Amino acid sequence: MKGKTKIYAGILAGGIGSRMGATIMPKQFLPVGGKPVILHTVEKFLLNKSFDGIYIAVVKSYLAHTKALLEKELGSLAQKVCVIEGGSDRSESIVKVINEIRKSDKSAESILVTHDAVRPFVSARIIEENIDLAIQFGATDTVVPATDTIIRSLDGVSICNVPTRSELFCGQTPQSFKISWFEEDFSRMSTEQKAKITDACGVFTASGRTVRLVMGDPFNMKISTPFDLKLAEAIVETSVAEGSK
Amino acid sequence: MINRVFRLVAPGQIVTELCDISLNDGVIVRPEYLSICAADRRYYKGLRPSDIMRKKLPMALIHEACGIVVADASGKFKAGSRVLLVPNIDGAACVARANYDSTSHFCSSDTDGFLQEYISMRPENLVPYSGIEPQIAVMCELCSVAYHAVDTLKTCAHKRREEIAVFGDGNLGYVCSLIVKTLMPNSRLHIFGMSDEKLSFFSFADEVHRADFEYLGGGFDHAFECVGGEGSQDAIDSIIEKINPQGTLMLLGVSEKPVAVNTRMVLEKGLTLIGRSRSTREDFIKCEKLLRTDASLRRELSKIIHAQYEIRNAQDICHAFDEDASSPFKTLLKWNI
Repeated sequence: MKGKTKIYAGILAGGIGSRMGATIMPKQFLPVGGKPVILHTVEKFLLNKSFDGIYIAVVKSYLAHTKALLEKELGSLAQKVCVIEGGSDRSESIVKVINEIRKSDKSAESILVTHDAVRPFVSARIIEENIDLAIQFGATDTVVPATDTIIRSLDGVSICNVPTRSELFCGQTPQSFKISWFEEDFSRMSTEQKAKITDACGVFTASGRTVRLVMGDPFNMKISTPFDLKLAEAIVETSVAEGSK
Repeated sequence: MINRVFRLVAPGQIVTELCDISLNDGVIVRPEYLSICAADRRYYKGLRPSDIMRKKLPMALIHEACGIVVADASGKFKAGSRVLLVPNIDGAACVARANYDSTSHFCSSDTDGFLQEYISMRPENLVPYSGIEPQIAVMCELCSVAYHAVDTLKTCAHKRREEIAVFGDGNLGYVCSLIVKTLMPNSRLHIFGMSDEKLSFFSFADEVHRADFEYLGGGFDHAFECVGGEGSQDAIDSIIEKINPQGTLMLLGVSEKPVAVNTRMVLEKGLTLIGRSRSTREDFIKCEKLLRTDASLRRELSKIIHAQYEIRNAQDICHAFDEDASSPFKTLLKWNI
């Protein structure tokens, strides 16, 4: 499917983990199964040979730590990974990744697969389908069907309406798209519009583009809160013993 | 890296489990195709004795697979190489042949099998392949077992090999017959089975017979028993009755229950009974060459691919196993986890 199209991964690790509570490190550096979350995530992307480059956008104070961690743990595999300083929000981090890619690649067809560093359980299939559909249709978003009933309230006090659940999905990542689409659409947005945008797909839908859905799965959870971290730790086995039965 | 492992936890129930594997040890392989064996079917359906099920589960099933190397810390394999996965994990100091040694392990029997998003393999458990369609390559494990058995017969049995019989018209019987025809082309090959439909697939054989009908032909010099299960008893009785004196009976079928053998007749005819199961890396290497160089063998093998299912999650795996239960031949899993 890939052909001559260049494919890049942008792993977004710019957050400081304000929802994680009293930790000394941002959530993406906390250990799960004995290893930092971000390392698990990067390893998953390294195993997909479609990527021409993997960019990690991290908070400035963790640049050196991230580089050292990857060099130590990944050895020669780390050559494919480029660690850069992230932005103040998600969109700005994406822009910084794109700016880095554009230093050597000006193609309108190139694809960026963006992913939360704190979703280490993403599967090979989800990544592969993001790449295939982004090449085919221009933009994708990974989702799972909503299982809880979603309540809409404008004031946080009373219900405004209850949307039909079968029409609702929960957004995950990766979100993947033609870099040129993002450049075009994001540059047209006002500062006010940019401030409201919480993810890349919001940029495309605001511009009237069609974004294709990739089916994610419940394991592709985001580790945002102490509960998530506890849950992630509980479901990961640290090793598979050979001949253990 | 967090890997997804799909383990059978109870009959008919496969769950996703997350396990950390290191990219710095072994070769990381992305499975491309997997194939269901009768042994996997028995675990999935809960047909093994309950104490065995309790001891072995949870466990990832499947020991027939081919895949693509995605990372190799040892530097022995290039990323992108297509490989056959050898399920026998040789013990450190085998006294017996590695596939029979008590210190060895076997994937999907006493350690996790290949139902995994990625598989971390020892380099010696991988055999590179080329010039073979992946849907055929995935059946190399079964071919290697048959190859090992036929090779043993050629080494151990007496040299009169005009008439060879294979009992069993399932996957093992079919593949064993094919390997006999390939490695012993001058022998006359007879197949005995219970299903006219399945027997009709054995077009390369010289004669096919219904095992439940009276057989009025001559005796065989040697025979392979590929029936297993509850049919083992009748098949072995029938072979002992029909085989010529001093013939060799190769036993390949797996039976859960002990099978009575007519030893009076075994002694009277001076028969040799040899059990053969599983295979080693060397058998895989020989089979890979055979499959690569013999287009007609690949074509005949393709006939027993009964169904292929794309696998995207644990539910798809269960669906494939459920459908396989009523399949006459091979069920392949196209891996897209």
